[in-house]
Amino acid sequence: MTSTETHHAAGAASSTDAPAIATWLTTADHKQVGRLFIGTGLVGLLGGLVLAVLVAFERIDAEGFQLLDSGSATQVLSAARLLLTFGAVAPLVMGLAVAIVPLQLGSRSIAFPRVAASGFWMWLTGLVLSVAAIIGNGGPSGGESEMVDLYLAASVVMVLGLALAALSIAVTGLTSRAPGMGLLRAPFFSWSSFVGSIALLMSLPVFIGTSVYLYVDHRYARAAFGGNFGVNNWVGWAISQPFTYVLAIPVLGFVLDAIPVLGRTRLAQRPAANVAVGLVSVAILASLTHRAVTLPWEGDGFFSGLGTKIADLLPFGLVNVIPLLGLLGVLGLTMLTLKSAKPMLAAPLPFAVLGLLMILLGAASHLLYTVEDAALGGTIFEAGSYVAVTFGTVLLAFGGLTYWGPKLWGRRIPDKAALPLALLGFVAAALGSLPYMIAGFADQPAGVVDGFAYSGPQELWNVVTTGAFALMLLVSLAFIGLAVRSFTAGEAAGDDPWDGTTLEWATSSPPPADNFSDLIVVGSEYPLADIKNSGKVG
Amino acid sequence: MLTLPPAPQPAPKRQVFVGTALVSAAATMLVGGMLAIWSQFRADAPFRESPRRGPIKDWMPKDIVVPEVAANMMLIAFFVVCVMAQWAVWSAKRNDRQHAGMALGMTLLMGLATLNAQLFIWSQMGVDVRGGAFNSMFYAITGVMTFLVIAGLVYTAVATFRYLGRGNSDVPTLSAHALYWYFLTAAFSAVWFVVYVQK
Repeated sequence: MTSTETHHAAGAASSTDAPAIATWLTTADHKQVGRLFIGTGLVGLLGGLVLAVLVAFERIDAEGFQLLDSGSATQVLSAARLLLTFGAVAPLVMGLAVAIVPLQLGSRSIAFPRVAASGFWMWLTGLVLSVAAIIGNGGPSGGESEMVDLYLAASVVMVLGLALAALSIAVTGLTSRAPGMGLLRAPFFSWSSFVGSIALLMSLPVFIGTSVYLYVDHRYARAAFGGNFGVNNWVGWAISQPFTYVLAIPVLGFVLDAIPVLGRTRLAQRPAANVAVGLVSVAILASLTHRAVTLPWEGDGFFSGLGTKIADLLPFGLVNVIPLLGLLGVLGLTMLTLKSAKPMLAAPLPFAVLGLLMILLGAASHLLYTVEDAALGGTIFEAGSYVAVTFGTVLLAFGGLTYWGPKLWGRRIPDKAALPLALLGFVAAALGSLPYMIAGFADQPAGVVDGFAYSGPQELWNVVTTGAFALMLLVSLAFIGLAVRSFTAGEAAGDDPWDGTTLEWATSSPPPADNFSDLIVVGSEYPLADIKNSGKVG
Repeated sequence: MLTLPPAPQPAPKRQVFVGTALVSAAATMLVGGMLAIWSQFRADAPFRESPRRGPIKDWMPKDIVVPEVAANMMLIAFFVVCVMAQWAVWSAKRNDRQHAGMALGMTLLMGLATLNAQLFIWSQMGVDVRGGAFNSMFYAITGVMTFLVIAGLVYTAVATFRYLGRGNSDVPTLSAHALYWYFLTAAFSAVWFVVYVQK
């Protein structure tokens, strides 16, 4: 007799009598896999922020006291971005998607649950080895040859793990929806997770292929890709804009789902929201170019050399403008929805609005960065855009945890404690990005921590940024402490604490192994609202 | 009180097929991205004079000779694998287990033939991986292609066992398996043209 992955088999894995540690190691329950992603993502966030504080601190006194030498500073910089992008943002977003999408779709499990679980373990193994390689003087610009090889191999494993998790989410979106739920009827978090997963599946393999080239060349020949110093030239796109928008796509769905529920209204122009989320995914085209697509405007009159300008505008518009339009669309629809609503002041609301604003700031500033006439290339302005997008995505992920925490842990984070953290997180994100943008206009170089000087209050900008990163670290620590306390000993949330309209709120908090006891047939975009109106529950 | 068991989950809509299609699309990006970088390096290479063909790109080292017969046979073998994999689907849909089993066996055999051809090409070309940009990139791209073929062979073995164990209820897996070999054939066709023909 052969065995296969079935929904019941997946659920059963989490309910065995095995020791807790064995259950965690072997689980195929999507909610548990999601929690694993989220938990390790929060640890990665703390690690990335500690390194970010260290790097920012080094920049304060560019010609004096230094903790790190120039070589190791570059590696710490790479490690900080690696941890923030692939060690924090990616797992937080993936974890929410793996845990919540099947519940929203009315499915008893994620598609290929063991693929999702193995994706987590591959990602974690790859991330740990990547960080270990950087600590061992490897990574981009690393001096220890074997550690650079290890870094390249480990980053392939890490990204492959994320791609496997994305595969599970995408297949779930396509095949495991409740009867009557078309793809465009799916809740926005499921739609955006589907779009984001497809975008990752189309772009992460390009990273893997390039890394394989880099690995073979670095290990054996060092003839083609610039050795250890060439690593970031070829795969650096994965830790900068506009690729970072792709990682943020799933949590845009959190904004579009949570705002109408908290505002006790319906989202304005629902199809437009689907399109807006889709537009952001065009950012994956950046992975095909391997570098920032810039606009060489050259300051001439618009009509001279019009053909060349249009040829330059086309890729620039595709990669940089269209994703920004998508983000603007999400913000516009959110504001339109809130305009006619009286939202409850719950913690997910400020996290959603302020996180979205930060991502938008990052995308808009990146647009400016890529216009060559602005002369910002090679300056720290890019780091300002990165911080805005990354911290904005972290804020949205925190919002997602406060919103869907009841479904993941059965308990709720108290609004009174979480609201100030949303505001402080926004302040940290703004003060961590804007001074770098200003310093970019003053020509502070990117990628270095010392040996630069420019006119203007150079120390001020770097002091403010260091303080902002430290504040973000404290906010993250406080949020994690609050979440752990609330989810272990907090007040029970109830099955439907927000009076939701989508299917994840139709089951218990936390849901049973198989998610739903009854098969739910969907008749509209708001299936739980339909059930409530029909008087079957509540 | 006696309670009824929960309602059965509706059968997933061709989950394995959809998953295979997405994996194939992702792997297309993998191979396509690698070929794009290969082409970029080739385009950036300077020209050198060839005694037979005049000025050519100085990309592949002079002393390397591509065994074109083996490369062409490898391509043909890929197309044969597709026919075999589709034959398995055709037979399984008609409940013809004997022919389906035979077709799956042939798929495995011809898949192994493509692997053998790749090993032969490597041994005949004798490329030193440390010899330069072409050399290391040649092993990287053909190595990735070989990894994908090995994954295809494992897929064929799993599909065969599942079909033999479950019978016609597993036809969707055979269809998905055939789709993966179609992708491999398309991917190798591109690799064959860019790496072995265009050089």
